[in-house]
Amino acid sequence: MNTAILSRRKFLKQSSAIVATFSLAGPAAIAQQPARPALPGGLNNNRMLDGWIRINANGTVTVHTGKCELGQGILTALAQIAADELDVSYERIEMVSADTARTPDEGMTAGSLSVENSGTALRFACAEARGMLLAAAAQKLNVAVEKLSVADGAISASPVRVTYWDLIKDINLKREATATHKPKAPSQHKVIGKSLPRRDLPAKVTGGAAYVQDMRLPGMVFGRVVRPPSYRAMLASVDEAAAKALPGVVAVMRDGNFLAVAAEREEQAIKAAQALRASAKWNETPDLPPGGTGGAALYEHLKKMPSRDMVISTKTPAAVSGGKVTSVEAEYTRPFQAHGSIGPSCAVAQLKDGKYQVWTHSQGVFPLRTDLAKALKTPVANVTCTHVEGSGCYGHNGADDVACDAALLARATNGRPVKLQWMREDEFGWEPFGSAMVMKMQAQLDEAGTIVNWQHEIWSHPHSTRPMSNPAGSFVLGGWHLENPAPPAVPNNSPQPSGAADRNAVPLYDFPRQNILLHYLTDMPVRTSALRTLGAYANVFALESFIDETALAAGVDPVEFRLRHMKNPRARAVIELAAQKAGWKPNAKGDGSKGRGIAFSQYKNLACYCAVVAEVTVDRAGNVKVTRAVSAVDAGMVVNPDGIVNQIEGGIIQSASWTMKEQVKFDRQRITTRSWADYPIFTFADVPAVEVHIINLPNERPLGVGEGSQGPTVAAIANAIANATGRRLRDLPFTAEKVRVAVS
Amino acid sequence: MPDYNLRVNGEQRTVRTDADTPLLYVLRNDFELNSPKYGCGLAQCGSCTVMIDGKPARSCVTPCSASVGKNITTLESLGTIDKPHALQKAFLDEQAAQCGYCTSGMIMSAKALLDVTPKPTEAQIKQALAGNLCRCGTHNRVVRAVQRAAGVAVKGA
Repeated sequence: MNTAILSRRKFLKQSSAIVATFSLAGPAAIAQQPARPALPGGLNNNRMLDGWIRINANGTVTVHTGKCELGQGILTALAQIAADELDVSYERIEMVSADTARTPDEGMTAGSLSVENSGTALRFACAEARGMLLAAAAQKLNVAVEKLSVADGAISASPVRVTYWDLIKDINLKREATATHKPKAPSQHKVIGKSLPRRDLPAKVTGGAAYVQDMRLPGMVFGRVVRPPSYRAMLASVDEAAAKALPGVVAVMRDGNFLAVAAEREEQAIKAAQALRASAKWNETPDLPPGGTGGAALYEHLKKMPSRDMVISTKTPAAVSGGKVTSVEAEYTRPFQAHGSIGPSCAVAQLKDGKYQVWTHSQGVFPLRTDLAKALKTPVANVTCTHVEGSGCYGHNGADDVACDAALLARATNGRPVKLQWMREDEFGWEPFGSAMVMKMQAQLDEAGTIVNWQHEIWSHPHSTRPMSNPAGSFVLGGWHLENPAPPAVPNNSPQPSGAADRNAVPLYDFPRQNILLHYLTDMPVRTSALRTLGAYANVFALESFIDETALAAGVDPVEFRLRHMKNPRARAVIELAAQKAGWKPNAKGDGSKGRGIAFSQYKNLACYCAVVAEVTVDRAGNVKVTRAVSAVDAGMVVNPDGIVNQIEGGIIQSASWTMKEQVKFDRQRITTRSWADYPIFTFADVPAVEVHIINLPNERPLGVGEGSQGPTVAAIANAIANATGRRLRDLPFTAEKVRVAVS
Repeated sequence: MPDYNLRVNGEQRTVRTDADTPLLYVLRNDFELNSPKYGCGLAQCGSCTVMIDGKPARSCVTPCSASVGKNITTLESLGTIDKPHALQKAFLDEQAAQCGYCTSGMIMSAKALLDVTPKPTEAQIKQALAGNLCRCGTHNRVVRAVQRAAGVAVKGA
């Protein structure tokens, strides 16, 4: 998800004052100067070699990346790349990630882009450093470079030998990369392509300090925030003194509608927050849309909201063959859905001598720093954000907001660090949800059963309101609630080819005529932002369900129908492999209780290619069980096969949970989803058996997989239910009640 | 505030706090044990799971005063990175985590199962873990890890 990155580029062009600020952070601003040659991946914006790699005298290599570990295994994959390109053993690599004081600014860790961007940068930077070390060795040993060989940092040409660690003073990495040294050919890879175990897991299975939640600093106090009961509630009165008088309370903070407490002990902070909440009187407005507990009213409302209308893609050839056509039309809907991190968001902050240090599990420490500075009304230079892992986020959850809450509260704790974790109800009540969406699909088939016209029309709220989504605003919640607020601004929809609300709405299939339209709903009565895949989950649900509906109208098997309309060979290969591995029987009809369906997408039309075959059983009460999912994925060059399997498999299970169970609920005033009891997700009993088959293409560049399987999964399940029952479900989630109505 | 004597991982520990303080905060903040995690505070997610007298317990809803005189076991007592317990080793061998926030609770629920049912069926494992939520979608790996630790057949292995 690169909204923020794009916005920042645009921003830098427009604002010279901010360029100066950014140049303090490192070489990012240099990239804005026009004469520089483009460099591969993340090197283009962070051009200094020593920004990426340091060779240490103690025989280790420190690799800096602006990307961060979110439980997706990125630091393991990047270390594998660095080890291979530098010719050192994997164990020598130390990773430093996402710190505004220490690492390259690589924007957000999002959009399944980390291996592509940071990985590509490291391949070229490490190849160049290796080349420089070899040149230095050649001079020192008085041997031609071609005669030298390298093994684990030792350069030799028998009988002479020198190590990287001996050569530190002979090379200068404090210069711009040139990308003139070619990374290794895939046949030379020793570590890339292997399923190395994740670096972060040993601590996580033994109770090590692995998360920001586990940080303990000297003198640290515990914080809690007291959020309004509804989005736009105004605080009328609150008894601060009563909360202040409770045992252990260090500070009670009220600033406008922002309320927070700090206490010596965590349970004391929770009790003080409860007391504060109980005494607070709020003025609320019933301004949420109708249909917040289900039904069509929400979607009718969305279609009537004011919108910015845009044509996303259009193909209108001058001449279309005449003849009889069959028209097919259908409308698909998706409710607001939650990230639902298992660990509520948390941050540690300290204010000392006017400088804020914030430890955060934000996906973008640099954009967060900028928006924090706006909320805190302090120069960017006074804020340092350091990434420390949190619970899995799956997009923009409360991570950035809680960082702001902790930083604001740190003003009231006399220099003592404060750890603030959201309660479960804070996370459900205030995390920005994946937007509810409506997708209206229309197609025309010619007499041969070929699609000759395709229309996909979307109604959606924004899918990124992350920090820096629009430089004119600030996107951290606490700042909005202050007496002197730092309000948000309306973010733009990221342009194609990646898109945001329209992500994956442009079909990869070859249709002679197509028209893709977006009604971008800029009012956000319900807070929305990036949930893993942005609009792609819903758009692929609609697109790939509708492909099956048109295949049915054409009387053609769904696999055959897809292949007929698809020229892209890599797309065809994953569709064919998934069908083969699943034992796909063409034109097989479900028996009323069992069925199978297939779906495909290339995430963003840019990242990995993925096809999923889902198998379901349906009982008379409408209970659907997803029994098996077989997937095929082409992610180009494979860096860590098990890492890919874990991501694709996890994506399938998460998407199946969204699809079968998940809907955020609200009344006209408040979000009423506040606990797991209100928001059931998949448990062990629900989870299907999952197979992942990888097509490894070592000569292709690596493609992101973190969001590759969610879109195909929802549509494969919808298609499997239709195959089993003969009835088409178009309204997510597929609860037993809806299935029962459909089949009765 | 009264003092409470708690037996944690075989050691006698003392904490001064209110009677209703959830055991979770005592374990995390007073005894500096990282493994029990705050997830929901309502016994709905299982990430705070520890064992009390051999049974899995949600430390987020267990008052510390109710834990006196009982044996409290957390993940930390199982093994270390250098000498992992069979379950910890199996979770690493199966790479049975993504973010890992739920992992401690998963391992403790599995430990409580294996202590009484050393060779569980797949259905018994899923039943024992029914109250532990995972959001990353690593469920199948977790089941395989428990099977591996128990030395029972791993499907597809």
